[in-house]
Amino acid sequence: MASTEALLPVTSRQDPLSESRSDQIPETRRRRPIKVHLAVCSGLLLIALYVTLIVTHDGSTAQNGAKDETSTESRARLAGVSEKSNDGVWKLSGDGKTEAFPWNNTMLSWQRTAFHFQPEKNWMNDPNGPLFYKGWYHFFYQYNPNAAVWGDIVWGHAVSKDLIHWLYLPLAMVPDQWYDANGVWTGSATFLDDGSIVMLYTGSTDKFVQVQNLAYPEDPSDPLLLKWTKFSGNPVLVPPPGIGAKDFRDPTTAWKTSSGKWRITIGSKINRTGISLVYDTTDFKTYEKHETLLHQVPNTGMWECVDFYPVSKTKINGLDTSVKGPDVKHIVKASMDDTRIDHYAIGTYDDSNGTWVPDNPSIDVGISTGLRYDYGKFYASKTFYDQNKKRRILWGWIGESDSEAADVQKGWSSVQGIPRTVVLDTKTGKNLVQWPVEEIKSLRLSNKKFHMKVGPGTVVPIDVGSAAQLDIEAEFKIKKDDLEIILGEDSVEADEEFSCQNGGGSTVRGALGPFGFSVLADQSLSEHTPVYFYVTKGKDSKLKTFFCTDTSRSTMANDVVKPVYGSFVPVLKEEKLTMRILVDHSIVEGFAQGGRTCITSRVYPTKAIYGATKLFLFNNAIDATVTASFKVWQMNGAFIHPYPADDL
Amino acid sequence: MKMIVMVMMMMMMSEGSMIDQTCKQTPDFNLCVSLLNSDPRGSSADISGLALILIDKIKVLATKTLNEINGLYKKRPELKQALDQCSRRYKTILNADVPEAIEAISKGVPKFGEDGVIDAGVEASVCEEGFQGKSPLTSLTKSMQNISSVTRAVVRMLL
Repeated sequence: MASTEALLPVTSRQDPLSESRSDQIPETRRRRPIKVHLAVCSGLLLIALYVTLIVTHDGSTAQNGAKDETSTESRARLAGVSEKSNDGVWKLSGDGKTEAFPWNNTMLSWQRTAFHFQPEKNWMNDPNGPLFYKGWYHFFYQYNPNAAVWGDIVWGHAVSKDLIHWLYLPLAMVPDQWYDANGVWTGSATFLDDGSIVMLYTGSTDKFVQVQNLAYPEDPSDPLLLKWTKFSGNPVLVPPPGIGAKDFRDPTTAWKTSSGKWRITIGSKINRTGISLVYDTTDFKTYEKHETLLHQVPNTGMWECVDFYPVSKTKINGLDTSVKGPDVKHIVKASMDDTRIDHYAIGTYDDSNGTWVPDNPSIDVGISTGLRYDYGKFYASKTFYDQNKKRRILWGWIGESDSEAADVQKGWSSVQGIPRTVVLDTKTGKNLVQWPVEEIKSLRLSNKKFHMKVGPGTVVPIDVGSAAQLDIEAEFKIKKDDLEIILGEDSVEADEEFSCQNGGGSTVRGALGPFGFSVLADQSLSEHTPVYFYVTKGKDSKLKTFFCTDTSRSTMANDVVKPVYGSFVPVLKEEKLTMRILVDHSIVEGFAQGGRTCITSRVYPTKAIYGATKLFLFNNAIDATVTASFKVWQMNGAFIHPYPADDL
Repeated sequence: MKMIVMVMMMMMMSEGSMIDQTCKQTPDFNLCVSLLNSDPRGSSADISGLALILIDKIKVLATKTLNEINGLYKKRPELKQALDQCSRRYKTILNADVPEAIEAISKGVPKFGEDGVIDAGVEASVCEEGFQGKSPLTSLTKSMQNISSVTRAVVRMLL
């Protein structure tokens, strides 16, 4: 028998934690067998292992080779989590030109938003249990009271009269029971027939099992709903057979079935199939699980933060979650754990058995080419029915795209998107339309109106004074003559393959685009964030419009994720191209065609801050002249602050 | 006796193959295997357990690198600015990334673990860049990048 040493690839390998090749870390050395039969056994085993390693090593050399490209002068660039999350390889790409970048407090403190909801400090994630009650909009949220990264999660709480001016309240729920000792996680509110509120939420138990718990206001006469009581019989739901103990979270708002029971759905997965479980209840304390699922889609992974609600086919108001009928479609939405993307699909709900089918299975929930609320940074979103103004309102968690070191240094992480109304697009019937709530207009201060023709290859500075807090509404028209020439000209190639992500960003010029605004720009445009339309000519000479945000040049900093975001946007005959942009320091929200396509981005300029922040209009098209008609408002801050302690 | 040998071989093979199967799906099979085999928990761990072992390796490496950084202040005082950045970055790995990842994986919300692990690699790279080509930490940086990359691949299997 050959010496076992020669067949021990493990111990002969350099321990990666040791800098010296000759070092052998003791724990990598297998203990030498002392008995003959054990020696024989391990010898055979090692032959088997060695063979396995030889066979598998070939498969991994290609990846090892790719990794050797890293160099000391490489520029750190995150593989954007949502774009490249499936390749498993975090690559460095280098140009060595960027200087390493230390954030200073001046730059970091500028990043805080003026009119988006965020706590005074530390980490926030999912919106929880939004509702309107006794004159107040309530917002709860996943919060870490101890750090600027996820962990130690509790329910934060805030109230507002108008969804814009928020007042911080004390924490609503903390992990003080065995059934939520490891986390008071996401949940939703339901209004019962008598107007009282029940809250269902996920708890991570002392044994790390995900369970659903019931809570309700301790004092329903308190409009601030300060205190919450947890049901003594919690948990009300535990993972059912066949479902993983850690794959069972985020219960929805309940809806009434025709038989008078309440019904909820909870996302999960079975292997790689994303699913949504269905439970019926009369009292929110005991439940019957359906044998069938609300829906499932293979290869989409875990469904988090499932949302399920009706939308009117004909009216522009929102609908209570229990509404059903021929005039209504139902939306199934899920947050895809794999890709950090929120997807939705429109379909038909069958109340008799609690199932739902999509109108278009090829863009089913979670399919990568399917519909998203937002084509940028936007996750764990949740809607609620605002019975006050008969709207369905959407909240979305907007995380950071910077490094955790920066978050720790600045002391906070994450904001919420501006709440949006959600309705079915009655003109296309195939997508939802979202729009910032009307109340945001109360922040508008002075405005300037512009109307100008912008020739190909032009950049125009737009003087609006301070440019970090803006509301821009714009309309664009491509010059008709140019359009006709381009459409008629065979030499202008059909751009079948364009997508915002592959289009190379805003500096790649096409016949009919890109054109739009550069926000958060400095005077020399060394840092800027273009939000733009890119119109392509299809093979059949039909125009196809894309709406994009390019953050690749948004900052000189090298520890920030800087993707190009965006998507196709439907533009109907006779419609002008319209966009709205909300700029609020480190967040930019773009809405095209009245909210058919929305893009939220996080932006961290190092130079385009404070007085140096500018706004530009640009037209990078090669052939087309564009007429832009737009209004730019300065936006006031919302001055979000604690509810006066004396009044609590 | 042959039966004992066969059974033991089969037992040990099936223990080894969880690490093998997992590591095959990472960008650096050899690194992955050696890291996991170097921990006594490796042979009986599930994928979550393997991820936690790797996160522990990140923690050990970050601690080691931080010590190295502290030592460099005296030896290479001209590098103070870069060392300050690096100190901040590696403290983030230890105080933010690692605890976040451990909590997330233990509690079954691996996406936050992925974020922490990715960030460990980013912080190492940013620190490295601060020396503008003349880094005394390059080998440690590469180790962190590689371990981060392998760990991320394992964490993604939990999603």
